[in-house]
Amino acid sequence: MALIDRCKSLLLVVTLIGMTSGTVLAQTVYHRGNDADPETLDPHKTSTVAEANLVRDLYEGLVIHDGQGRVVPGAAESWTVSADGKVYTFRLRANGKWSNGAAVTANDFVFSFRRIVDPKTGAKYASIIYPIAGAESINTGKAPVETLGVKAIDERTLEITLEHPTPYFLELLTHQTPSPLNEASVSALGADFIKAGNLVSNGAYMLKENLPNTMITLVKNPHFHDAANVRIDQVNYIPIKDTAAGVRRFIAGEILSMNDIPADQLKALRTQLGSQVNVAPLLGTYYIAFNTKKPPFDDKRVRSALAMAVDREVLSEEIWAGTLVPAYSFVPPGTANYGSPGAVAWQDQSVIEREETARKLLAEAGFGSSNPLKVELRYNVTDNNKATAVALAGDWKRIGVDTSFISTDAKTHFAFLREKGAYDIARAGWIADYNDPQNFLFLFESGNGGLNYPSWAHAKYDALMKSAARGLNLEARAGILREAETLLLAEAPVAPLLFYTNRILISPKLSGFTPNLRGANATRFMSIRN
Amino acid sequence: MIGYVTRRLAACVPTLFVVVTLSFFLIRLAPGGPFDLERPLDPQVLANLRRIYQLDQPLIVQYGNYLASLLRGDFGPSFSVRDFTVAELLGHGLPVSILLGTLALVLSFGLGVLLGTLAALRQNRTMDHAVMVGATLGLTIPNFVIGPLLQILLALTLHWLPVAGFDNGNIRNLIMPVIVLALPQIAVVARLTRASMIEALRANHIRTLRAYGLSQTGVALHALRGALLPVVSYLGPAAASLLTGSLVVETVFGLPGIGRYFVDAALNRDYTLVMGTVVLIAVFVLVFNLVVDILYALLDPRVQES
Repeated sequence: MALIDRCKSLLLVVTLIGMTSGTVLAQTVYHRGNDADPETLDPHKTSTVAEANLVRDLYEGLVIHDGQGRVVPGAAESWTVSADGKVYTFRLRANGKWSNGAAVTANDFVFSFRRIVDPKTGAKYASIIYPIAGAESINTGKAPVETLGVKAIDERTLEITLEHPTPYFLELLTHQTPSPLNEASVSALGADFIKAGNLVSNGAYMLKENLPNTMITLVKNPHFHDAANVRIDQVNYIPIKDTAAGVRRFIAGEILSMNDIPADQLKALRTQLGSQVNVAPLLGTYYIAFNTKKPPFDDKRVRSALAMAVDREVLSEEIWAGTLVPAYSFVPPGTANYGSPGAVAWQDQSVIEREETARKLLAEAGFGSSNPLKVELRYNVTDNNKATAVALAGDWKRIGVDTSFISTDAKTHFAFLREKGAYDIARAGWIADYNDPQNFLFLFESGNGGLNYPSWAHAKYDALMKSAARGLNLEARAGILREAETLLLAEAPVAPLLFYTNRILISPKLSGFTPNLRGANATRFMSIRN
Repeated sequence: MIGYVTRRLAACVPTLFVVVTLSFFLIRLAPGGPFDLERPLDPQVLANLRRIYQLDQPLIVQYGNYLASLLRGDFGPSFSVRDFTVAELLGHGLPVSILLGTLALVLSFGLGVLLGTLAALRQNRTMDHAVMVGATLGLTIPNFVIGPLLQILLALTLHWLPVAGFDNGNIRNLIMPVIVLALPQIAVVARLTRASMIEALRANHIRTLRAYGLSQTGVALHALRGALLPVVSYLGPAAASLLTGSLVVETVFGLPGIGRYFVDAALNRDYTLVMGTVVLIAVFVLVFNLVVDILYALLDPRVQES
């Protein structure tokens, strides 16, 4: 009898477990592969793509990217811009709420913007809001944070004053750094405000659990102003360190999407998975920089010869399996406020013709078969960078140039470039922080010490960039910037080789994941079919 | 015995000090710093970060500060995982690595000793050859090949196990990683056991036992006690390496152990995390060497007397 009772209660327990797991299953859970673990979930300190994905789900800035990567209202429902383009007045949503139910106020934004530029915060992307009046001098410790040009007019009205008119200012605000933090919670909890259970956020999701190297669990924020249209209840962000193993997890259905498909598997995966493999252009350029301070790379003819001898189609197809696309301009096509980018003069010539011109240029510069040009190419080690370097050496061999290589790990490589080490030619890359040609072309302004790898200085280029910065008329400004880019390509302190792409696996169960130029795919715009 | 253990533990302190000092200066010799990124930081921003993390101070001052905080049991904040301290990261990862490592250790010593003994008892016969060929394969096929192969076979083709993930230590998620971790160790242990067992079986006292007509199993058990000594001395380094995780296994199977911190931290120039992992692995090696010496004494009374 006792045995039967025990069996009955066991049965009851089993049924109960079955019922609870049934309710858990009814929740929509999205297992989302992420490029890596975040360094931090504090938006003001973030810098990586993996962090941007999480911040986009957790927080909502004044303006945001919609599912197609377009700029749309976020925490602000509307805004006006003064006639001189320097004062932006944002009207916050009446129903904007933090995950603890408190209202999102203009003061929260004042607090957040001040926190970003406060040198004590150490925000990696503080410079993204340098266009705001006072930001740069505060961040460099020359002025108190109270002098920042961000003011709360009332609970729901925020006024931002800029140093100069900045036509891409709204684009800047879509970056993850200027996301708001809840002042009350940050002041009360100090550094612990970021821990799961403490974090107060204003986005479509809130932080439930953060297990380093394992999973970050976000659940739907019931107070979010558009919660009614958020269809996925829980997002599990899973860092994929080994992309090949990630692909296997995707095939097994353990994750519904992942970025960064390994290039060498792309062709095979296209055959196996068809339209689940997505390649979308991204605003980023893979380039090589010439050290213009070191002979013979101070000679424009040498730089141009090396730049035009590279067969970009072969690089794209053979080395990168079509995952990066050939680049004949520095600013990628599709960049906003620009129209079609500038282009190198020799874009339409065949490789043979280009090689002939290159040989001529080298001969003019004093190099030939009796006195071959010897170059040293530095790159940071990855399989694809190495293959690219070897391909470049092959192209240059055909115009009589001998190439040797120096490869190091990424930290060493980029520290060397930052410290202006004595290199000949170095591999580099740039991914835009905001969608505007200025974000590519500013790199080579002569005053741009750390980022101007070729140490190039050209008075006319600087003048063009300066006059573009003053321009309010977008069309005229685009014309000036295009002139600057054309000059850059003709002078060739850098040679753009390829444009980056986003390579994403998307399960047919997941809808609303639209690959776009900004790589902006907030979970709130997606849904899952079972 | 207690006096011996105390003396040995005290001897660990200067060793640890040398390890900490050497690794502190070695990692600082590596070019670049934690804030050098493919997308370079604005120089002004970089200056702020260096000030916050006290990287702008002279190296010797940084070293003094680090030693002082280490004495307080504070491993400092991580540079690359900024929401956690180094102690929190190691605290999260260590139980996972210990769980995996212990399972792999038990599997490799259990199976390794069994296979090695069988091979020795059947020396130069089919069983022996089979074990030795298997051991050579286990040693020579790298784990980054075995891991993906198992995933394709057991997860994608047969659908028996999940491809990867930890799932709170679900046993189904541990099977493949434990096998991959244990395979080379099984091979080493089997070879060690076989070699010393063959020698032990030829010893005079074993031959005497055999002459007295003791059963084959009885003889084997007697021989095994002596033959295990070299295997036990291998236990120390094997345990230290298994319990502190494996970069490849954790990366392929998406497991949150501490193995990947060793490599990632060095590549990220996460100075404090590098130091934390170095201190941890040094402690593991020292402790397991001590454990081995104690086991030795228990197995071989001659050691205890001296």
